[in-house]
Amino acid sequence: MSALTKTRPPATRKSRRTREAASAIPMSTFMWALAALYAFPLIWFLLSAFKPGSELFTYPLTILPEDPTTAGFEQAWDRFDFALYFSNTLAVAVTTTVLTVFASAMTGYALAKYQQYRWVKVFFVCLLATTMLPTEVILSPTFVVIRDLGMYNTMAGLVVPSILTATGVFMFRQFFVSIPDDLIEAARIDGAREVGIFFRIMLPMSRPIIMTLAIFSFQWRWNDYIWPLIVVGEQRKFTLQIALRSIVGAENIDWPLLLAASVLSILPLVLIYLVFQKYVMNEDLNAGLKD
Amino acid sequence: MTVTATQEERRPAPAAAPSKRSGRRRVQYRTAPLMLGGISIVLFLIFFVWPGSLGLLYSFTDYSGVGTYEFVGLENYQNLFGDPTFYEALTRTLVFAALSVPLMYVMSLTIAALLVSNYTKGKAAAKIIFFFPWLISPIVAGVIWRWMFGESFGFVNYVITTLGADPLAWQTDADLALMVVVMAGTWGGTAFNMLLFIAALKNVPRAYYEAAELDGANGWQRFRHITLPCIAPTSFMVVLLSSLGAMKEFAMVQSLNGGGPGTSNTFLIQYIYETGFGKAQVGYASAVSMVLLVILLSIALLQLWVNRRRTV
Repeated sequence: MSALTKTRPPATRKSRRTREAASAIPMSTFMWALAALYAFPLIWFLLSAFKPGSELFTYPLTILPEDPTTAGFEQAWDRFDFALYFSNTLAVAVTTTVLTVFASAMTGYALAKYQQYRWVKVFFVCLLATTMLPTEVILSPTFVVIRDLGMYNTMAGLVVPSILTATGVFMFRQFFVSIPDDLIEAARIDGAREVGIFFRIMLPMSRPIIMTLAIFSFQWRWNDYIWPLIVVGEQRKFTLQIALRSIVGAENIDWPLLLAASVLSILPLVLIYLVFQKYVMNEDLNAGLKD
Repeated sequence: MTVTATQEERRPAPAAAPSKRSGRRRVQYRTAPLMLGGISIVLFLIFFVWPGSLGLLYSFTDYSGVGTYEFVGLENYQNLFGDPTFYEALTRTLVFAALSVPLMYVMSLTIAALLVSNYTKGKAAAKIIFFFPWLISPIVAGVIWRWMFGESFGFVNYVITTLGADPLAWQTDADLALMVVVMAGTWGGTAFNMLLFIAALKNVPRAYYEAAELDGANGWQRFRHITLPCIAPTSFMVVLLSSLGAMKEFAMVQSLNGGGPGTSNTFLIQYIYETGFGKAQVGYASAVSMVLLVILLSIALLQLWVNRRRTV
């Protein structure tokens, strides 16, 4: 793929320029065609959310709403209890994210800096193995465990089991491995305690990882479907994803409501993404993680 | 001797720890990792080991979710392998994986290559667009694609009819419905894999390309003999993660077509969910779970093996 080369053998200025332009135009066109392909479903969905129900189901379809309305959004707010599901989801996502960041940082540090103990290494392998044993695979036994712990239909049931993720621990472990041990030694000589070293020196240093994992964790929890599905039974406690699914699962789908509620449900993540873009798209941090 | 060095030495030869002092230190640090990692160990035991073992146990019982259960030996597994609906779900999941993993790979690599290319304009904006689907939950992604591919008022069928052809049965034809799932899954999964590929492509040493170009290698040859081998570890990762992800597909299908038409696109997780929760056959569902677990493990081991062999 010629696109990947940076320097080319010496050529006259003119020929280089023409070559560059000859490659740049088709390549850019191709890239933007793909971008349009990826963007279109989303744009169509956004614009449809502003169409009144009558316009959604009449030919000819138009790209832009002819008679823009926010009726769907109002309906989502009044009849669908959007605010309730939204606050449920927000509470779960924020709590879990805070706990995930702390637990992952502590565990990642322990796994990175106390490797002289055999159990530390064994535990690391165990954690990596959990990526092979995702919740999806052990649905019913997980439900039994949640029930026996008395966590069914509670906020704790949504939060506690999701705290530990191999990805989060792995991110912090990789970061702390790269921090030289001398730093810890110096602190030890100065009389700092082990846990103190972690909280006072190491945790503040890992700020970029904290930010990235916080954003990732928030996204995982906000968009999670399967945990809330098995833990929550009562409609008042539904998270957004479960509530949206209940509209799609209905006999007759209320499309104006569904589109508007779906659009509203993605807003918090869009906002976070736009503000904290550099933490999300930092490819160096992302290597090797996925929920 | 610095303490760092002592720690390095300790591992291969613990007996060689020279002084009493360093021995005492080691004891002193024993509690710290336990304090720091303790929460995770407890969570790991409660939410992975416990349900995992229960699952294995239940797969040999007739447990229904409540009350007592009896051991039935291998009966669940025997029923499972004689159950056509299980095979249907299994083959459908495998077909889905076989279609979506290559597509995901090609799309993420192509987009990543375009985003690091020197010839493309507007990369920053394009990257944001390509990354956007990452924000969308599987449920909403399902809604978006269901809306696009609606049979009577979907945009795609509208375009098809406007062009003069007959509308396609995106929801009532099992294979077309699967195509929509493949497209939607690729759309949602590209963003993350693309990031992995961008990082890998940026790390390929420039000098290799320069040398190849001097030797007269064309674009394809450079890609085939330099880029691909250099990004092999990332390729491995992407293929592994997307095949595991494909085998676990559930949420998106729930809102896209609910596994339909009928039960024709019911994937394994949905099958497990429906037998375990819908029909309260926890024992039987657990047996399916164990089979899925074996499949996931085999995929991982197979790919690890291929990867090892290639690098040796």
